[in-house]
Amino acid sequence: MNEIATFFDMGGYAWYVWPSYAISAVVLVALVISSRRRLKLVERALESMEAKRPARPQRKAPAAHAEKEMS
Amino acid sequence: MKAFFSLIARDLKLAARQGSAVALSLCFFVIVIVLFPLGVGPEMTVLARIAPGVLWVAALLACLLTLDRIFQADYEDGSLDQLVIGPLPLSFLVLAKVIAHWLTSVLPLIIIAPVLALSLNLASDGVIAVTFALLIGSPTLSLIGAVGAALTMGMRRGGVLLSLLVLPLYIPVLIFGVAAVEAAVAMLPMAPHLLLLGGMSLGALVVGPLAAGAALRLALE
Amino acid sequence: MAIDLHKYANPRRFLAITSAIYPWSLALTVILLAAGLYTGLFVAPPDYQQGETVRIMFVHVPAAWMGLMIYTFMAVASAVGLIWKHPVADLSAKAAAPIGACFTFLSLVTGSLWGEPMWGTWWVWDARLTSMLILLFLYLGYIALWQSFDDPSKASKAAAILALVGVINVPIIKFSVDWWNTLHQPASVATMSGPKIYSSILTPLLIMGLAYTAFFVTLLIIRVRAEILARRLRILQLSELQER
Repeated sequence: MNEIATFFDMGGYAWYVWPSYAISAVVLVALVISSRRRLKLVERALESMEAKRPARPQRKAPAAHAEKEMS
Repeated sequence: MKAFFSLIARDLKLAARQGSAVALSLCFFVIVIVLFPLGVGPEMTVLARIAPGVLWVAALLACLLTLDRIFQADYEDGSLDQLVIGPLPLSFLVLAKVIAHWLTSVLPLIIIAPVLALSLNLASDGVIAVTFALLIGSPTLSLIGAVGAALTMGMRRGGVLLSLLVLPLYIPVLIFGVAAVEAAVAMLPMAPHLLLLGGMSLGALVVGPLAAGAALRLALE
Repeated sequence: MAIDLHKYANPRRFLAITSAIYPWSLALTVILLAAGLYTGLFVAPPDYQQGETVRIMFVHVPAAWMGLMIYTFMAVASAVGLIWKHPVADLSAKAAAPIGACFTFLSLVTGSLWGEPMWGTWWVWDARLTSMLILLFLYLGYIALWQSFDDPSKASKAAAILALVGVINVPIIKFSVDWWNTLHQPASVATMSGPKIYSSILTPLLIMGLAYTAFFVTLLIIRVRAEILARRLRILQLSELQER
């Protein structure tokens, strides 16, 4: 128990050592999370875009047809 | 070569016709320097101590303020497009514009710098040194600034971005410029600092027009 | 459409290669980080002069290395993108910039946390700290320039020019700041600026450096992938607008 306490105390410099590790961890983890979220967002948008794409010629054909009928 | 000089002459004529711009940047330079005694206090020893730094920082800022003039007006009225397809290679076009900018916007600052240096109680050796250091170092400011000006040309909030891009690159000039003046005040040789400033100007003379030319071509595509 | 496919050819291969590398670099990052933290926090002895604060070095110095290394990487990638018009190179430079800015920021904050017990003040105008601060501004300028263009192909070229001009200036800035520092700094601080490096300290330092490098590679793969897909998305969106 005592060993753990002295480890976390860092020879009295706990207030300098641990915050520097903590801020490194926070910044790097935040960077990972934001990068991954961006990737997921783009992937999802691209998927929905590509899912729509092959469907369009079929949708377009009747539309062109309708135009012809109108004229 | 003829096109090169005629472009410089044209820019000088334009600047002379609307002389208010030059006067404004001069006023800015003077006001920034006047702010320092008011902010720091009128104590002569303190002022003499900070004078080299104050003069250089004020010169940096005044130069920064005028950078957008290098290309912006010509870009807006379309004459830049004409110049780019003209006979002059792009790097030389940039160089001509930079020389015109230096003559109209930076040289006036250097001319009144000694007066302001005296008002800050700088020793007479320092006054001479600051003039020489500005003469040798300030071309770098115009040359590097031209790269930033070309990159931010035509942007809506280009000015703030320009300062973020350009000021970090100005730091070496500031450091050696101030070091030269401090060396002169301390009766030490200032030649090494001036040589370094000159070296930086020569380096910027090679890199600046090339990079600014590339940036111009990009902006006008 | 044929031109589009040609444009995709390179990024496609890149995506294939990186998705093969990705699990390995991820595993390497985790292992190296664990090893580095373990040796740094438990194995390395406290410094006889600086005590336990020397452990800050294991997150401070590698972050500074990464800040410099990533800027160099960006400049090389920008040159490749500018000269050979390699589309992935531009995107890699763009994707690397925020990572480099974060590492530079971390090296400044941890340096400040190290400086307070060692120098008795949060900030010293020490040559190394000052040049890292300038490097951070270079990163911010680069990122800001990317963001101020609407057209990504223009932005990539403009940012590449800036990165190349910046990388020429980095050694000059470093040299000038060192010069300025020797002129102004009292000598007593300079001797305290770094501990003598013993192997017991060097080992965790190097492991942490490698761990940060592996982390950078892993994160870069994620970010470049996102950039490539975002560009593809943009092209699709534009072509859809044209078809309409």
